[in-house]
Amino acid sequence: MPVSLTVSALRASLAARSLSPREAVLAVAAAAASKDSTLGGYVSLTEAEINTALALADKADVTLPLGGVPIAVKDAIAVQGAPLTCASKILRGFVSPYDATVITRLRAAGAIPLGRTNMDEFAMGSSTENSGFFPARNPRDPERTPGGSSGGSATVVDADTAFAALGSDTGGSIRQPASFTGIVGLKPSYGRVSRYGLVAFASSLEGIGPMTKSVRDAALLLQTMAGHDPLDSTSLNAPVPDYLDTLDRGVKGLKIGLPREYFIDGITPGVRAAIEATVQQLAAAGAEIVDISLPHTEFAVATYYIIATAEASSNLARFDGVRYGHRAAQPADLTDLYNRTRAEGFGPEVKRRIILGTYVLSSGYYDAFYVKAQKVRKLIRRDFTEAFSKVDLIASPVTPATAWKLGTFADTPLQSYLADIFTIAANLAGICGISVPCGLSDGLPVGFQLMGPSLAEKNLLQAAQTVESALSPLALR
Amino acid sequence: MPVADYIPTIGLEIHVHLKTRSKMFCACATSYGDDPNTRTCPTCLGLPGALPVLNEEAIKMTILTGQLLGAVTPEFCKWDRKNYFYADMPKNYQISQYDQPLVVGGRIPLYDQYFPKHQRGGAGADGVLATVPLTRIHLEEDAGKSTHFGTSSGLDYNRAGTPLMEIVTDPAISTADEAAALLASLRQILVYAGVSDADMERGQMRCDVNVSVRKSAAEPLGAKIELKNINSVAAVRRAIVFEIERQCGELDRGLAQRQETRRWDDERGESTDMRGKEDAHDYRYFPDPDLQPVCTTQWLNEVRARLPELPHALRARFGHDYGLTPYDAGVLTSEPALAAYFEEAAAGSSKAKSVANWIINELLGRLNEGQTDFSANPVSAAALRELVDLVEGGGISGAQAKEVFSEMFATSGAPAAIVQARGFSQVSDTGALDGFVQQVLAANPDLVARIQAGEAKVVNVLVGQIMKASGGKANPKRVSELLAQALG
Ligand SMILES: [Zn+2]
Repeated sequence: MPVSLTVSALRASLAARSLSPREAVLAVAAAAASKDSTLGGYVSLTEAEINTALALADKADVTLPLGGVPIAVKDAIAVQGAPLTCASKILRGFVSPYDATVITRLRAAGAIPLGRTNMDEFAMGSSTENSGFFPARNPRDPERTPGGSSGGSATVVDADTAFAALGSDTGGSIRQPASFTGIVGLKPSYGRVSRYGLVAFASSLEGIGPMTKSVRDAALLLQTMAGHDPLDSTSLNAPVPDYLDTLDRGVKGLKIGLPREYFIDGITPGVRAAIEATVQQLAAAGAEIVDISLPHTEFAVATYYIIATAEASSNLARFDGVRYGHRAAQPADLTDLYNRTRAEGFGPEVKRRIILGTYVLSSGYYDAFYVKAQKVRKLIRRDFTEAFSKVDLIASPVTPATAWKLGTFADTPLQSYLADIFTIAANLAGICGISVPCGLSDGLPVGFQLMGPSLAEKNLLQAAQTVESALSPLALR
Repeated sequence: MPVADYIPTIGLEIHVHLKTRSKMFCACATSYGDDPNTRTCPTCLGLPGALPVLNEEAIKMTILTGQLLGAVTPEFCKWDRKNYFYADMPKNYQISQYDQPLVVGGRIPLYDQYFPKHQRGGAGADGVLATVPLTRIHLEEDAGKSTHFGTSSGLDYNRAGTPLMEIVTDPAISTADEAAALLASLRQILVYAGVSDADMERGQMRCDVNVSVRKSAAEPLGAKIELKNINSVAAVRRAIVFEIERQCGELDRGLAQRQETRRWDDERGESTDMRGKEDAHDYRYFPDPDLQPVCTTQWLNEVRARLPELPHALRARFGHDYGLTPYDAGVLTSEPALAAYFEEAAAGSSKAKSVANWIINELLGRLNEGQTDFSANPVSAAALRELVDLVEGGGISGAQAKEVFSEMFATSGAPAAIVQARGFSQVSDTGALDGFVQQVLAANPDLVARIQAGEAKVVNVLVGQIMKASGGKANPKRVSELLAQALG
């Protein structure tokens, strides 16, 4: 059985009993065994994990919305009984004793968690090269990055070693790898999907979302994942609409804004051409295209790196060798235990961000950095509020360029931060965004980004579906 | 210069465990004495990915405490992270409230019964001798507990995440006695409010003390020295007395004081430097992104609708309604269960003062003797009222009543049954006694003649005979009255 099937197609076959959940699990295991050793999409897909999935498959109720569908899970999301390492040596060997709320919901809908996908350590990075174990590679060109931090999830979905995957997006970590690998990546609005069980990097910015082979699959997964969770105080208590019933309605009458700050000189010609062609298709399909401005865009990257590192410095304090995970051998005393455990367990990018975050929260610097960043964040949020008073959705590239070669930013990490420029603002504003494939540039996928106001996933998916169906499958391969 | 000439300034930071069913940010039960790490979950263990959820009961208890102390609860409050590494603290940060606490301002009343006798004068009917201004009250989570075994340590996170209310007073206390009275008064109020048992010995209330001294009121406040590890009200008093003398001594020797944290060693009776050199923590407070700021209006309204009566209000009312002395009212309001017991026993009795005496002198006396908690009191309020009615109505003598009470205390028996079983009931009924009186008078004409001739004391002989004739059951007071009538 090909793992290239969409979840929707797999569902149809499972419901018709022309395929069994057991076959689906075994197909993933076989595909991963043959392809993943060179691609590094999974950090863990053991015999034991496969057996657990098979046991679930044998009991699966295929009449449920996701009954019998195996789903790969980013290694930052807790699955009971499965390793949870965030691709970090400091959590090597840690097995989660509990399920994240999204996993509880997916299980209730019949899905089977299978495989832990690679990522930048603690989601800090945009290439999966910061994985504490090994980098993930782009199935389109293994010399290139699949993006990050949810690079492993993008790799396994694009390489057909998974039907679909879960990622998390703190500053573009779902949308950018989706763009780099030519799959669909949805970042739901902040609070739409529970964060309970997502290992925290930057709590006020991040969320869990689906990474899939089609827009319909993203809608299907979101339908199950979305909704209020009493275990997450930041989750939104708003009804969950039907994301599928309007999916094919097109974009007629929708106003789509093009922010001038997102169409800058740094965009490569190939990316620009693909984006512009897609905008024209949307216009041809009946959308009204409007020029807009998001004036504080240039401050987004700096604001993001202050807030994200501040929160990370506190969120990652719990990894200290006392209760779980890696512990330095033969500590002389408690301080030595802390120092050596963290020195040995964390990689360089994680250390860099913990130090940055500790600095911006320090007394004497707090007002100049953290407080000021919060003020700018409000301005960025207001930019979007004003823009969304004029348009329904905003369109832009996901990244200025296509996937870069592994090692490109090895010595210049700050340069890679700037590549997040088009994705970061949505996290600062808490709005929803999606990357949908819109063509190729020199054989590499280009993602088209659509952003919508908080809780506007229904419109967002509808427009993304239009983009997807306007494109012939050949244009993507 | 003499210690008495220095001006000490004392402030208290009091941590109180709230009596909620569950912890501050998770559904685990709050507990004492369970096996280590049996009351834990991903949230209170700080496991990767777990998130906190506010305990509304703890918020309401904190607002209630503020309302009882005349404080203000602002419309919004928020939650902050206090970052520092500590093995007892699973996340290596504590969720607390930094600049927008739940309660601001207010005053703590100091009750006269908690001062040494010679300082008690001047309180009103409510027993409030003074008040100390309150800076703030905020809510936070407690840490776990570590136990050290030679070369290793054990960590128990059962206590981690227990709701902890931090009550901060202004630096407005000037003596160790005042500080001790504040703690005892506060404890009484917290117990009345039902928010905590506030038992320092059991760790439900902990206290850090800030002490500084200066030579005159014209000088600015001296360097603040913080004393930690004080585990009883008596120890607070000792620590402050020691610290004032120590600081005065250093100033006398010309040593400038600098801000520091010291550890109180109650066994050795001295404070020692705790943090070696200047090691000011930078806690890097920032708003907790996992918890939204909360609007307090609804909770405040709920709390205001059910404010309990405070001990000093109750004390004034007992004086007014039952005619009790301020001392008796103070004793009977020392804990809410006792006050409620008194009111139940005194209800409908015209002898409230007598009820109060029985409780204070007999019941509390016996409970103290046996070091029994009032909650284990074996005598029901109804039984006590019945006993008081019996003795006051002349049904039994005072001496008999004490015997009956002893048995009630030992067996929880009903007074009527005990009186009957022991054959104690007195005969006071005129009809019943008259027969004995007439019989004895008829048998002793000579004695009657001597009485009528002026030998008043002879009456007692007649009383004795009547008592004997009644088998000891006649009420002697009533017998005297009847004799007086008969002898004209
Ligand atoms: Zn818990």
